[in-house]
Amino acid sequence: MEIVRSQRRNGSDGSAGAASLPLYKSAPSLEVRLEEFERCAIDRLRVLKAISDGLSRGKKPEEMDNLVGELWRANMKHQDVDETLRKDIISHFALRLVYCREEEMRRWFLSMETTLFRYRFRLQNAEAQKSIMNELQLQYNVLSHAEYETLKDKLIQAARSVNSTSNPETVFYKVPFEDVPDLVAGRRVFLLKGFAFVPRNQVVSLVCTIFRSNISKALALTNRKWRATIHDQEKDRLAPIVEALGNSYLGPDYSQPRECAEISLKDINQLASSSFPLCMRHLFGKLKEDHHLKHGGRMQLGLFLKGVGLKLEDALAFWRAEFSQKVGAERFDKEYAYSIRHNYGKEGKRTDYTPYSCQKIIMSTPSTGDHHGCPFRHFSEENLRAALNKMGVGGRAMDDIMDKVRNRHYQLACTLTFEATHAASCETGINHPNQYFVESRKIFQSKILVRMLITIV
Amino acid sequence: MASIAACSSPGIVPKQEHGEDPMQIDSNAPEQRHINRVPEGLLLTDYLRIYYGKLFPYMDMFKWLSYGNADGKHPGCDSSYFGRREFSFTIKSDRDEIYLRFQSFSNASEMESAIKAKCPTKIDIGAVYTVDPAKRHAYAQSGFSPVERELIFDIDITDYDDVRYCCSGADICSDCWPLMTIAIKVIDTALREDFGFNHILWVFSGRRGVHCWVCDSRARRLSKEQRSAIADYFNVYKGGENSLKKVTFSGPLHPSLARAYTDVLKHYFEEKWISTQKLFEHEERFHKILQLIPDESVVSELAGKWQGSRLEHVNSVRWDQLKHMLQSGSKKTQGLRRCIEEIVFSYTYPRIDIQVTKGMNHLLKAPFCVHPGTGRVCVPIDPNNCEQFDPTSVPTLAQLLEELNANASIGTDNYMEKTSLGLSVNFFRTSFLEPLFKTCKEELESAYNTKIQQSKDSLNW
Ligand code: SF4
Ligand SMILES: [Zn+2]
Repeated sequence: MEIVRSQRRNGSDGSAGAASLPLYKSAPSLEVRLEEFERCAIDRLRVLKAISDGLSRGKKPEEMDNLVGELWRANMKHQDVDETLRKDIISHFALRLVYCREEEMRRWFLSMETTLFRYRFRLQNAEAQKSIMNELQLQYNVLSHAEYETLKDKLIQAARSVNSTSNPETVFYKVPFEDVPDLVAGRRVFLLKGFAFVPRNQVVSLVCTIFRSNISKALALTNRKWRATIHDQEKDRLAPIVEALGNSYLGPDYSQPRECAEISLKDINQLASSSFPLCMRHLFGKLKEDHHLKHGGRMQLGLFLKGVGLKLEDALAFWRAEFSQKVGAERFDKEYAYSIRHNYGKEGKRTDYTPYSCQKIIMSTPSTGDHHGCPFRHFSEENLRAALNKMGVGGRAMDDIMDKVRNRHYQLACTLTFEATHAASCETGINHPNQYFVESRKIFQSKILVRMLITIV
Repeated sequence: MASIAACSSPGIVPKQEHGEDPMQIDSNAPEQRHINRVPEGLLLTDYLRIYYGKLFPYMDMFKWLSYGNADGKHPGCDSSYFGRREFSFTIKSDRDEIYLRFQSFSNASEMESAIKAKCPTKIDIGAVYTVDPAKRHAYAQSGFSPVERELIFDIDITDYDDVRYCCSGADICSDCWPLMTIAIKVIDTALREDFGFNHILWVFSGRRGVHCWVCDSRARRLSKEQRSAIADYFNVYKGGENSLKKVTFSGPLHPSLARAYTDVLKHYFEEKWISTQKLFEHEERFHKILQLIPDESVVSELAGKWQGSRLEHVNSVRWDQLKHMLQSGSKKTQGLRRCIEEIVFSYTYPRIDIQVTKGMNHLLKAPFCVHPGTGRVCVPIDPNNCEQFDPTSVPTLAQLLEELNANASIGTDNYMEKTSLGLSVNFFRTSFLEPLFKTCKEELESAYNTKIQQSKDSLNW
């Protein structure tokens, strides 16, 4: 046991051994704390959801590879291989329970898990791949030398028809064509009398077919258990929520993104930490900390809050609550309330001020004591890293963001931040703080139910 | 010519509901043209009633769709099999058309009485379901879903309208019908050689296309994903309406396509298609071909050459020029290498309706139906002699009934034998049904034996 462990550790430098890609054959007997259970499930869901987004946006295979790699690193990967494995297994089985209930959910879960597995399998070294194949009991025959010689021309021809440059494989598996539908569909293999001749480098297709069918059967089984026992036992606790989840999670979130027209004061702290872009998050934090913001900051944050749907009355209450701690309520009403009404077009010229765009914020020139501006542009690298860290950004995503910043692509950096913290892509890119907020709400609204469920479990 | 009215066998006279003599069918016409369509004034259903009454091969259809399970004596038979098959009927009344889905029959005689009673203008065959489709509502909870389905292909010549100059739409002629012949050859060969299928039935769709039924048990049990894979394997001609180039090869041809190309497409394209369709005679036609060449200098050189005077054999001469140009050393660059093949595939490779093939519960018209527009019977086509198949000489309903009248005196009760339908039914039996039935029996037997063996083994343990 000790040996296995250390071997596993040795393989941990990126090219992890076979054990790093579990096949989820049976539920683990692990002690899992609720918080861990919740965190794992949500993190994996981020990965799967983003894969789903990527696929539905028609991303190319290479783009998907990058996407999945990024997501896995950002959400699932731990420095310790055993930890990653543990999280991997816990999160898979948690979501299996969530997604077993209905045909459509099963299908979604199945194809996302298979896509994820496909990507991860390809990253394994030959040794690890072989042991996975053994574990999946893929008992296919390797083509004998004599057979290979008779079919050689056709095998090479088939390989060159899809990739004319690569070196031809000499190791082929002879499998029923039914087992490799994607290779058949793409005419990527030679077919003869019902057999597909799969070159070693295409074996991932085979493995995925089996993986998929195993998970599919397992889901059906979990579903049966759910119907037979869990559903009744959890009639008042879990079942209604799982059912609600089935109705809302995969359904409306893409098709009818609901823009929230109004936010209320009691939600504002929560929203700030989940859906404000870094510039606003920073201003918000400073306001809470100092109970004060200078004019530039008040404008930038105030108009943004108006844009996300904070009503004038609430806005006044919000600013008053903070400022009065520093300057007193009276002085606030006298000196500051005016400019807030002004922002809402209730004073002075009564023009309706519109929230600032990224461009405007990036071009602004904050000076001493100012907190407005765009952190990607106006923060030192050190401060920016710290701020991003606080948002939960790290690893590869952090490096990519800093890369963009160094090249002065501030809005791209902001977009990457959005993607890393939401585990979803943002195809249009970020060009307005309020757009950031709206996109973020869309994503979270679809996730809220999941969180509820997992908390209750 | 004999007339039904004058026929000695009163049983086959259609009911006269319109007070017209059904036999005023242009009896002076020198050829058979007059019997190609159901005559005015006589309802198609009148004819169909006789067809379903005397000619439709119920037993053969039943034997086919039972796949060996109808033989109640063998313990390995699944007696519910035929009864779980969906049929659907299209029924024409005076004005409207009624479409009855999820019909099912537990045996041949039930099917026969239903068809005779409802006299459908079209019969479609669907999938075999988990339970009797007629009782699907009762089983909605436990799951009503298709479990078996022949692998099917639907090829319609209207899908070739952008490369077909002799006809368009529903029309066909002896110049363009060979596109269907090619489709049969290419797909039939690939199904047998590549996929290892043996029990393949090709059927004339009645007007302008062909249907294919792959009936091996392995084919019937394919999942949706596997069907999609096969459809895509054959889906070479693609790209939307807005893309010029629909066939693109990035490397040498896959062995299956290479075989289609050298065995069928190339020869046919060069020997027949370019001349019958006059592909290089008309500027607008050869421009369409030139558009497929992604090299402007080649295109303008050829277009320049082809301006003005028409020489003899203009089509083959110009095709040779094009080929020469694309293959000549200097131009033989990566991009143009596959161009000749791409052109030939664009014009001749089968264009299947992939949605039909992909689905498990897609309905497809049954063989031996009668096309309501042409009156022609959907007869099987022999893939080994598909060049000989002439869609314009396929028997029509009217012709069959005439034959029936003419041969009424021949002393046999087998009506089918008295008509040219007999040939088609015989072909269906000997080339398709008998070998299929034999295989089904063998499979049933061996599946049963394995089961017995397994239960023995488990007892021993
Ligand atoms: S890029 Fe725009 S939204 Fe993002 S932090 Fe900067 S100003 Fe805010
Ligand atoms: Zn024609």
